[in-house]
Amino acid sequence: MEYTIKELEKWNKNIEEVAIKFGLDYYNQEFEIIGYKDMIGYEAYVGMPSRYPHWSFGKAYERNLMLYKFNLTGLPYEMVINSNPCLAYLMKENTLLLQILTMAHVYGHNDFFKNNRLFKEGTSADYTLEMFKRHGDLIRSYINDPSIGYESVEKILNAAHAIKLQISRNVGIKRLSEEDIKREILEEYKKKSERRSDIEPIQKTDPPDVNKIPLQPEEDIMYFISKYGELTEWERNILDIVREETLYFIPQIETKIMNEGWASYWHYNILKEINLPSSLYLEFIKRHNDVIAPVRGGLNPYFLGFKMFEDIEKRYGRDKIFEVRSMERDESFIRRYLTQDLCSELNLFEYMKRGNFYIIEEVSDEEGWENIRNTLCNSCGMGMVPYIQVVDMSKKDKTLTLQHVYDGRELNLEYAQATVKHIVDLWGHTVILNTKLDGKETKIICNENKNLSRA
Amino acid sequence: MAIFKDYNPIDHDRSLEDRRRHKQLVEKSIKENLGEILSHESIIGESKDKKFKIPIRGLKEYQFIYGKNTPGIGSGDGSEKRGDRIGSDRQQGKGNTGAGNEEGEDIYETEITMEDVLEYLLNDLELPNLDKKKFSEILSDKSKKKLGYQRHSIRPRLAKKRTVIEKIKRKQGRKRALKEFGLSEENNRFPFKEDDLRYFKVKKKPRRESNAVILCIMDTSGSMDSTKKYLARSFFFVLANFIRMKYVNVEIVFISHTTTAKEVNENEFFHKVESGGTYISSGYLKALEIINERYNPSYWNIYAFHASDGENWNEDNERCIKAANELCQLCNMFGYVEILPSYNTISIKYRLIEGVTDKRFIAVTIREKEELWKALKDMLKKEIREG
Repeated sequence: MEYTIKELEKWNKNIEEVAIKFGLDYYNQEFEIIGYKDMIGYEAYVGMPSRYPHWSFGKAYERNLMLYKFNLTGLPYEMVINSNPCLAYLMKENTLLLQILTMAHVYGHNDFFKNNRLFKEGTSADYTLEMFKRHGDLIRSYINDPSIGYESVEKILNAAHAIKLQISRNVGIKRLSEEDIKREILEEYKKKSERRSDIEPIQKTDPPDVNKIPLQPEEDIMYFISKYGELTEWERNILDIVREETLYFIPQIETKIMNEGWASYWHYNILKEINLPSSLYLEFIKRHNDVIAPVRGGLNPYFLGFKMFEDIEKRYGRDKIFEVRSMERDESFIRRYLTQDLCSELNLFEYMKRGNFYIIEEVSDEEGWENIRNTLCNSCGMGMVPYIQVVDMSKKDKTLTLQHVYDGRELNLEYAQATVKHIVDLWGHTVILNTKLDGKETKIICNENKNLSRA
Repeated sequence: MAIFKDYNPIDHDRSLEDRRRHKQLVEKSIKENLGEILSHESIIGESKDKKFKIPIRGLKEYQFIYGKNTPGIGSGDGSEKRGDRIGSDRQQGKGNTGAGNEEGEDIYETEITMEDVLEYLLNDLELPNLDKKKFSEILSDKSKKKLGYQRHSIRPRLAKKRTVIEKIKRKQGRKRALKEFGLSEENNRFPFKEDDLRYFKVKKKPRRESNAVILCIMDTSGSMDSTKKYLARSFFFVLANFIRMKYVNVEIVFISHTTTAKEVNENEFFHKVESGGTYISSGYLKALEIINERYNPSYWNIYAFHASDGENWNEDNERCIKAANELCQLCNMFGYVEILPSYNTISIKYRLIEGVTDKRFIAVTIREKEELWKALKDMLKKEIREG
């Protein structure tokens, strides 16, 4: 290291003073200096100091290490965890300026974690580290239990990981009780029967089946299986653990562009204010431009988020961006604040794979930009996860029917089939997935012996 | 005020356990795919150091993901127009901070060599280590080694050079003696004496027998289509490599037969298509002929493998079984592999199993491509046990 902890503390003091002056509101901050190998390790475990064991983390580690060794990717300059106090790792190999920039960047994230609605309602920062630790300990105890063992635990974890994103996507919405849903359904039916106008012919609609399971299509497949599946206690606990941890990560998935944009906006504005000597100032400008550089053909969330916050500030003033960071998530953020001017300034375009080629479908002109904005809204955050609901559970043989809510995007068949198999691992009975393939309604069926068929 | 924790140089690699498990699963996946790799034609005829790329399956983390008709958004330089192609290999968007950790196609591919494949094959056979030793213990006492000289022995072992040396030694000694006594040298004839004669001392020594010949016999009649041939090819290839591991000197003989058999070279063996009927016995008789001519069973370890689709003309069956029995007498192992037999005929395999009781005979069947691996295993297990 070409600098001492003392120096970092000195710069941190400057940063915090400026951050508070700007009105950032953050949890207490802890920084830990780590080497690049540890950084790769933390990256694989999404930053958590302790997690349950699973080969997928080992795979992530190997992949990151390989990419790093082949120079295909840089390492993150930092890693920051949504917890209170906020935990951040700084990489030892960074230059002094990078550490300063990174620290400022971390305060941006920290403020976002503390104030964004999704994080406030969807996660409990005070107990984050304890939660992951507790989960890790419990799963390890199952592994060490001779009547369960590593392979059985792994099988359940594999299956749980396969559907971990098939959970409630809306943060902070209360689950209605069965009784409430039943009442709603009956009222709906009553209204329908009463409101018939005189000119319409009388149609008899069957009364709704209030004993159906689920009463309404259920998007939280994890919850549904945990509740109605024939799982043993430890299996159910593992499923619930994976679900709970995914819920913790959903706000991050849902605010990637905003969160990075916000942090980039603040490291930029803070570093301009802390009287960097000119030797460091040049490096600051260069590094900052690297971070927010557009990627040709792809979309750098730092770039889009940073530009949007700058644009919003220009149009509505600084108070507005604080409000936006509290209220929005990526989808609403983009839907509300991405303008045609910005679209064309950033040269956004929409592409699609046709045959072996990626073809540009839309560019940011008068008629194209709204399509681009809508596509972006639909594909950011949880929008990249296919929306699949449980629509029926047969009372006779427990066959589970899933419905892919088709929005023009088809499922990858290979992955869908393998995932349905994983669901059978948990469910133990036939699982049917209704979807559309090549424009045709298709059923992917997997019976309890894990034989696949299509109809 | 933030708290700083300084760098702790103690390496605490907590990913070790998960990486070990991941590696284990990768290897498992390779093994599971070996059958497919082996039945792939491209591996044939490659040297054992050649590396094969195998995509590793089973390590994907499956989830519901979108497929082909999913639009994406990118940023460009403003020159893009509708309908432009932006390449067939889209670059993944990643910020310089490396924030991208999006689930992409898993790019795992690993390279292994033929040697690795054979190693996996051996491991897969699940043999106790004891059995493996047998590889190198094939000894014969036929070989003799000269070890020094002796004064008395039989004429054929006369060591001429040594005898001459003995004579020269005697002559030189005489010269010196004459000098000492001041006598001049007479240029007389100086004959060999009984004392000069030396004979080789010969000791019997067990030697590792390291010659092997593989006789690959294949039915090339019309019914053997190219798929069957590819399978046969893979089969012979792996067996040949396996036997190569065991012996220093391995020769391979290719015999193709229809109603008549002939010895061919490797290229002809795998590519030439012939038409006509099938007398399997012709192949066996040719093999017997070649063994008698060139490969004395007391010096050679003989392996014969025959691949066919199980069809044989009825009148030949008896001759065929007789010849097979004779082959068994001469060979370390005689293997018969039936490839993709049609179901409506009584295949020769059953007749062979009935007619050939010698334990050096083994018959296996490959009903579909995937069974190649199992068939090989069955055959090699046998070879190693008996070997």
